[in-house]
Amino acid sequence: MLTVLNQMSMKLESRSVNEGFARQAVAAFLAQLDPTMDELNDIKTVVSEAVTNAIVHGYRDRLGYINVSVRLLEGRTVEIKVRDQGCGIADVAQARQPMFTTGDDTRSGMGFTIMESFTDRLRVRSSPGHGTLVTLTRTLSARRGAQA
Amino acid sequence: MQITHESQENQLILHYVGELDHHEARKAMDYAESLAVLYPVERYVLDLSGLTFMDSSGLAVALNLYRTLQRTGRRMVICGCPPQPLRVFQAAGIPKIIPFEEDVKC
Ligand SMILES: Nc1ncnc2c1ncn2[C@@H]1O[C@H](COP(=O)(O)OP(=O)(O)OP(=O)(O)O)[C@@H](O)[C@H]1O
Ligand SMILES: [Mg+2]
Repeated sequence: MLTVLNQMSMKLESRSVNEGFARQAVAAFLAQLDPTMDELNDIKTVVSEAVTNAIVHGYRDRLGYINVSVRLLEGRTVEIKVRDQGCGIADVAQARQPMFTTGDDTRSGMGFTIMESFTDRLRVRSSPGHGTLVTLTRTLSARRGAQA
Repeated sequence: MQITHESQENQLILHYVGELDHHEARKAMDYAESLAVLYPVERYVLDLSGLTFMDSSGLAVALNLYRTLQRTGRRMVICGCPPQPLRVFQAAGIPKIIPFEEDVKC
């Protein structure tokens, strides 16, 4: 087990206006690791994907809470969890396929593909009727003068 | 996000400024689709140089406009795309479908 050096969590209502807040808040928390602009952009993108999925799919027809938590682990590893108590995913393997979507015409089924290519590891645990937990892990490049 | 458009002799340029996510996707999509009806020009240019953030919601905006234009035999290019949106487009393989150009003036 990697040592946890720092962590934060937040609870948001599933309103689309919170998508921007969630990715900005995670980025601000990660500033202590002095990530590169590209690393920060990748992380903002995957947070946006996971939070948007919770809003548009998990809580398709109602308002609910989304938990976003970030843990900074030794070795500059960042672990982000996005959890909802929404409708869940019946077939996760199918949902992770590129271009698979159950959404409307504003969705293209590429969210999981983007999360996968911008992280080192994407884990999706879901239970229909109970909700979904997405865990995104990314190790940042070594930087001189940065902590850990 | 702010969208403006500029009509030229044989092309229409759409300027996107700000953050394009799910919160803004419907507005961005409807705007583009209504212009595609109003302006029967041959070429559409999506100027993304003012985008400060884009996620998969932007893919659907670009792809839907591309398909609408294709149905009526028209072309579309994406210009001036900053690094972050470009990585999203690349992860989805969009540059194989829609042409990208560096110069915003095109
Ligand atoms: N939190 C969630 N709760 C319930 N279903 C989900 C959740 N996240 C994803 N899904 C399901 O997985 C599918 C694929 O998700 P993905 O993010 O890859 O694509 P999308 O959201 O449909 O489109 P895009 O992300 O390109 O806008 C969704 O269409 C939905 O059916
Ligand atoms: Mg998605």
